[in-house]
Amino acid sequence: MNTLPFTPPGKKNSGDSVVNGVDLSVNFAGIKAPNPFWLASAPPTDKAYNVVRAYEAGWGGVVWKTLGEEPPAVNVSSRYSAHYGKNREVIGFNNIELITDRSLEVNLQEITQVKKDWPDRALIVSIMVPCVEEAWAYILPLVEATGADGIELNLGCPHGMPERGMGAAVGQNPDLIEKVTYWCKKHYSKPVIVKLTPNITDIRVGAQAALRGGADAVSLINTINSITSIDLDNMVAKPTVGHQSTHGGYCGSAVKPIALNMVAEIARDPATPTLPISGIGGIATWRDAAEFIALGAGSVQVCTAAMLNGFRIVEEMKDGLSRWMAEKGYDSIDAFSRKAVPQTTDWKHLDINFKTIAHIDQDLCIECGRCYIACEDTSHQSIAKLTEEGARRYEVIEEECVGCNLCQITCPVENCITMVPQETGKPFLAWDNDPRNPFRVAS
Amino acid sequence: MTHPLDYLPSAKEVGTYDPDTLTNNFSDLHPPLTQRQAMIESQRCLYCFDAPCVEACPSDIDIPSFIRQISENNINGAAETILEANILGGSCARVCPTEILCERSCVRNHDAECQPVLIGLLQRHATDHMHFEQHPFKRAASTGRHIAVVGAGPAGLSCAHRLAMLGHQVTIFEAEQKPGGLNEYGIARYKMTDDFARKEVAFLLEIGGINIQYGQRLGDNLELATLRQKYDSVFLGLGLGTSRALGLTGEDAPGLMPAVDYIKTLRQTDDLGILPVAKRCIVIGAGNTAIDMATQMARLGATEVTLVYRRGVEAMPATHHEQEIAKTNGVRMITWAQPDEILLDSQGHVAGMRFAKTHEQAGRLAPTGETFEVAADAIFKAIGQGFDSASLRDPTAAQLARDGERIQVDEMLRTSLPDVYAGGDCIKPGQDLTVQAVQHGKLAAHAIHQALAAKQEAA
Ligand SMILES: Cc1cc2nc3c(=O)[nH]c(=O)nc-3n(C[C@H](O)[C@H](O)[C@H](O)COP(=O)(O)OP(=O)(O)OC[C@H]3O[C@@H](n4cnc5c(N)ncnc54)[C@H](O)[C@@H]3O)c2cc1C
Ligand SMILES: Cc1cc2nc3c(=O)[nH]c(=O)nc-3n(C[C@H](O)[C@H](O)[C@H](O)COP(=O)(O)O)c2cc1C
Ligand code: SF4
Ligand code: SF4
Ligand code: SF4
Repeated sequence: MNTLPFTPPGKKNSGDSVVNGVDLSVNFAGIKAPNPFWLASAPPTDKAYNVVRAYEAGWGGVVWKTLGEEPPAVNVSSRYSAHYGKNREVIGFNNIELITDRSLEVNLQEITQVKKDWPDRALIVSIMVPCVEEAWAYILPLVEATGADGIELNLGCPHGMPERGMGAAVGQNPDLIEKVTYWCKKHYSKPVIVKLTPNITDIRVGAQAALRGGADAVSLINTINSITSIDLDNMVAKPTVGHQSTHGGYCGSAVKPIALNMVAEIARDPATPTLPISGIGGIATWRDAAEFIALGAGSVQVCTAAMLNGFRIVEEMKDGLSRWMAEKGYDSIDAFSRKAVPQTTDWKHLDINFKTIAHIDQDLCIECGRCYIACEDTSHQSIAKLTEEGARRYEVIEEECVGCNLCQITCPVENCITMVPQETGKPFLAWDNDPRNPFRVAS
Repeated sequence: MTHPLDYLPSAKEVGTYDPDTLTNNFSDLHPPLTQRQAMIESQRCLYCFDAPCVEACPSDIDIPSFIRQISENNINGAAETILEANILGGSCARVCPTEILCERSCVRNHDAECQPVLIGLLQRHATDHMHFEQHPFKRAASTGRHIAVVGAGPAGLSCAHRLAMLGHQVTIFEAEQKPGGLNEYGIARYKMTDDFARKEVAFLLEIGGINIQYGQRLGDNLELATLRQKYDSVFLGLGLGTSRALGLTGEDAPGLMPAVDYIKTLRQTDDLGILPVAKRCIVIGAGNTAIDMATQMARLGATEVTLVYRRGVEAMPATHHEQEIAKTNGVRMITWAQPDEILLDSQGHVAGMRFAKTHEQAGRLAPTGETFEVAADAIFKAIGQGFDSASLRDPTAAQLARDGERIQVDEMLRTSLPDVYAGGDCIKPGQDLTVQAVQHGKLAAHAIHQALAAKQEAA
């Protein structure tokens, strides 16, 4: 007897922007959504069926799987592979898929209907067509007619499409980024987001080009060129198509640090100080999202985590983010967006006089010796190995410790090794001004 | 309550008494997880879709969701996910026989790991470490309705909390002087330690709108007719008030008593050392109450504890896990034997029991003709709890349709009397589990709410 003949009303309301008393709604470059959690352009947003399920699950917005010119792309069979952790958890995910393989007409019809049925959710259409103005002038009015809230230019797909002069090839050329963005602004009236490829040397160049072209926002990152593993028996990489393979695009948890840095680079670039950023790459928890937002993102996009777990993860993400915000007293996403940006700077501006050293909590130490061997073999020989009446004991030699954090990182016990800032009595001194710096600037 | 044993030595006087050992013997049977253990364990959960563990939880807790919240360091979120489905999630985390519920269904049992995710302990981790500035659940706008709940056990409390949440006013009538039902008086002391039961009730009542009146016993100083007249609906969460009798002569002899009565005193005492202890004792029955009794007696200092059951091990109602606990505590188990005669000494005190060996004949239990005796200073009967019919003595209550001795309800937990609902151990089918009682209370609250809303609309 566990069920009644009727369903008791639950408290979860997927469309509510207020969660746990906190308003999660965002206005991203003019695109409104009940929360900052959007699905990135990829299989989860490939068709109305998926997108409606995503909205039902509570996602604030989606970027529709990239549309292209007719005829639609054709995919190979065997498309994904993974980089696993020791417990078979997926650390990184790799794919060799192309843009949508469904017809433009069907996609446009579905987009129109979905937007009509879900007016409160963000619906952005990702597009990739050849680098000629006519192609964009043709497709943009069709997309505009769907009523979608904006477009995202996919200039960053790292496989398949570049061979047709599209995608990453465009994304790697700042002039082309600017030109395509300009055409889009010319032939489309709503917000234009430029999705940047990470397969470049300096992400800021792409963002600056987008801004010059008139972009309303940028989103990043798309996937990173990758090969996840080799089948050593057959000497072929994965995913294996027949007896061959090719490089794919890497995403999932593993790319988060790379994506975070790229977001920060743009957020703190004086050339693009207020350009809205939609953060993408390895976001799986509320905390990942909070970190992207703190470093400059105004919304976040998720692909791999949803592909691995289903759409329902957004529930825990919204719950966790809103509880954390309430605890910190942030009453909106804007209230903490970019809060970590000012503290992110170039190496040369860091305080060279700052000193921190490792401290081992002997009560927590389990005497595994990992800190010792790490420091002894590869760092600064700053941990002493003592044997007291047969008991093992590890102690930091404070005079030798340079505060590199290696022992803390390798220690298996949480909070056992802490890095303790030292009172040096010395003033703040950036390397720029350090007398030891042959290229110093006079202060 | 232990007066039938008052002539026996106290725990202080038997064996090698050591207060610390005694306290230890009654501290957590399964110690809580450390922060790190909880983190590692939470990451073992596969976040299954349509998770089999959820299906196995009688209270429908969204297990993968709360475990994911733990893994994301969102302890309050995890606790709220649990409490939203089961407001007594803290006690269920301690008392649920998870080995036959959620954890039995965990898919991690299957693969090479052969070990379920420790759902109960994770549930405890979340509810132990939650910290709310104010009660996490809000009350809906007042409906102006007032509902009477009889019995402040898990069923009644759960029903009251959900009704309060839905905007109703609730008065609970409780026969005893404390709330909690068997959480307060029945659960083995090493499963629910300290004053957890009381704290949990205090937390539950923080929602507001619930008033408890103690010393109010239906069938004694309270009548169902009055309740039906004064309140918009009535929920009965009466539990099972009486212990079944053995049906032998000498059942009132000093030295023989119901296990639940002894456990009640054991749970309430501040000083375990003063409890009377039978160095040699017999427990009759093989349900969880029998196991709890035998184990607690052993932990109090008894040296020979014998549990006697009339059928084989396979038929024991206590789970395998529970049986193991008893065995680890040195409890001897005798199967295929039933009480035949209570043996008394010259003073008329219990001296032991004669048992008749049994076997199954054509599907029926029958004595083989052989007997044997077990010497003992005390006998505890734990052959099941029965519904206390005295509760339904008044003329209105007497009209309630019954199924066997228990109250009959339909799938909406409605009794045969309009606006009277029932749940927990006192109804058929009751599973005699805390978590089942909580679920009944919750579902009945929704059923009551819906019925009242329908009435409002019709009016
Ligand atoms: C010794 C023992 C150990 C147990 N161990 C476990 C365990 O480990 N795990 C588990 O899941 N379950 C266990 N159970 C079962 C579990 O305790 C019950 O299933 C659960 O408490 C039922 O809840 P309830 O609200 O229906 O009844 P109860 O908990 O019995 O509560 C009924 C309440 O109603 C009051 N009441 C009764 N009659 C009247 C009246 N006429 N008027 C007013 N008030 C009245 C009572 O005083 C009591 O407060 C155990 C039971 C026993 C006896
Ligand atoms: C199978 C797959 C297909 C993808 N297809 C597209 C696409 O069509 N257009 C696009 O802009 N990005 C595409 N992406 C990239 C994602 O939108 C996203 O930028 C990337 O996966 C990083 O986010 P994540 O770490 O959350 O997965 C695809 C990713 C995957 C895994
Ligand atoms: S790594 Fe940590 S636990 Fe191991 S010896 Fe060093 S301080 Fe102790
Ligand atoms: S309430 Fe009991 S059965 Fe349900 S998940 Fe918790 S411990 Fe398991
Ligand atoms: S069945 Fe086990 S692994 Fe799956 S969701 Fe439940 S607890 Fe997690």
